[in-house]
Amino acid sequence: MNYIALKMLMGNRAKYIGMIVGLTFASLLITQQASIFMGLMTRTYGFLTDTSFPDIWVMDPKVQYIDDLKPLKETESLRVRGVEGVAWAVPMYKGLLKARLRDGTFQTCIVVGLDDETLIGGPPVMLKGQLADLRSSDAVIVDSVGAVGKLAKVLPDGKRKALDIGDTMELNDHRAVVAGICKVQRTFQSQPVVYTTFSRATVFAPRERKLMSFVLVKAKAGQDVYELCRRIRRITGLAAYTKDEFEMLTVRYFMKYTGIPINFGTTVVLGFIVGVAIAGQTFYNFTQDNIRYLGILKAMGASDFMLLRMILLQAAMVGAIGYGLGVGFATCMGFLSGHTELSFRLPWQLLCISAVAVMMICAISAVVSMWRVVRLEPAIVFKG
Amino acid sequence: MIDTNSTAVYCKNVTKTYGVGNTQVHALSGVDLEVNSGELMMLVGPSGSGKTTLISIVAGVLDRDGGECVVFGHDFMRMNPNERTEYRGRNIGFVFQMFNLVPALTAAENVAVPLLINRVRRREAVERAREMLNRVGLGDRTTSLPKELSGGQQQRVAIARAMLHNPKLIVCDEPTSALDHETGYKVMELLREMVVGADCAFIVVTHDERIFEFADRIAKMDDGRIISVENLQRNFSDK
Repeated sequence: MNYIALKMLMGNRAKYIGMIVGLTFASLLITQQASIFMGLMTRTYGFLTDTSFPDIWVMDPKVQYIDDLKPLKETESLRVRGVEGVAWAVPMYKGLLKARLRDGTFQTCIVVGLDDETLIGGPPVMLKGQLADLRSSDAVIVDSVGAVGKLAKVLPDGKRKALDIGDTMELNDHRAVVAGICKVQRTFQSQPVVYTTFSRATVFAPRERKLMSFVLVKAKAGQDVYELCRRIRRITGLAAYTKDEFEMLTVRYFMKYTGIPINFGTTVVLGFIVGVAIAGQTFYNFTQDNIRYLGILKAMGASDFMLLRMILLQAAMVGAIGYGLGVGFATCMGFLSGHTELSFRLPWQLLCISAVAVMMICAISAVVSMWRVVRLEPAIVFKG
Repeated sequence: MIDTNSTAVYCKNVTKTYGVGNTQVHALSGVDLEVNSGELMMLVGPSGSGKTTLISIVAGVLDRDGGECVVFGHDFMRMNPNERTEYRGRNIGFVFQMFNLVPALTAAENVAVPLLINRVRRREAVERAREMLNRVGLGDRTTSLPKELSGGQQQRVAIARAMLHNPKLIVCDEPTSALDHETGYKVMELLREMVVGADCAFIVVTHDERIFEFADRIAKMDDGRIISVENLQRNFSDK
């Protein structure tokens, strides 16, 4: 009877295609929007992903997310170093500074100041130059997207030329020389990222009493990092998080205090509703179209269980095809937008969630139809 | 006393009412009917006389309100819904006025449906369906869809479908009313051949006087009752 069910399904081309289109659209909308949301959330902690070497990030207890900068006294790094279980602890500056471009315009940049001696916390991939080149006079390393885009030089003929090694720029009225080009994760606000040494960053930055943003900590071998976090908190009174904890803190902030989850969540829910509405309605109509034949099968001895199995198979069939197409389209869109500003991240968990959503749409559609079939009187066969 | 060897259907004082209160309609008001194996019984009568209700009850697709109705020694009212469905699937064949072939299935697949319902493997079912289509003269149309067949051919497919699983009872609801006279005649000839070849009972509901000659007996109904039963078996035997 499975064969009969599938032939009945595919025999009604218009509704078959209608159901698949509905489910494809729903699957595409759910997967694509959720992927963009995931991409955006990933960008919120992109800087943490790039800075993976330290085990623990120490900061002011009031910090709520990665860009929420509440400076510490530089002496705090010494206090952290003194905590038992700490292998090393280095300061890091992170701040937003204005870069003056050649054409006189200004561009806000994320300036990261690395420990002068170790340069720990540097960019993960160097495209041109070396990290050690930061030790040159006035040296900075610029991220490739910023170098090509927002920080690019404007030539007299109006064309833009990417910043390259040896080019100069002004950071908060201080001369900076490009010593390298690096590749970093896109940031949430898509601002150029400029790396320099901690001491130079404090020169670039406006005068303040406290200038250190974070203390980056490495735990000694065998030291439980969570235990070390607790110890640092207890001894220094500062906040200490592992990288994963800091990522979650950041994501939670954006989830709680920005409208992003609501906006994307609304679209995802809308995709689900559209799926239920289109696929559910079409599937119900399809069952209605076939109700006479289902009645005949029932009269001829097909049990309710057999008919329900047929309907479930039909729903599963269109669901599988619609899901596959939708996820496929979403993946293609993500792939094609890989080099654009669009954030897109499609982990396997999202594929599972999308599959569950499509399954639910199919289940809801099938249940409504199944209810109709269970209540179907076989005597319908003799009605004109 | 029912003779279970030859009596296919035994109905005694069967009643059925639709609706309640002012809208109540007495579809059957005490029907007595006996149909034997190997017999083609026609139920005739004006619209609303209760013919379709009676075959629905006999075929086990509708519950009666009162009386007794036994089909090959089995009373549907004493079966649970699953037993009833299974019994129908094994023992009863249906032929409908509008053929009711599944549009998406080929002729052979449509004919194979009763076997598929009875869990026969698809390949075997379709093979036996092809043989049955050969018997009804449609051996060259096994892969045709219903829309590619004429009305007469569709009804032949429906008859093949009703016969394939060797049911004990076949109920036909107005099998010729959607066909022209010549085609209807041929369809009844085919049905008659089947009766001779199979040891089963046929109940045919019809308005079509032109096919009365194919009946062994004709039961006339009016106002939910059988008002007469006419024996015509000799006429057919002479043909």
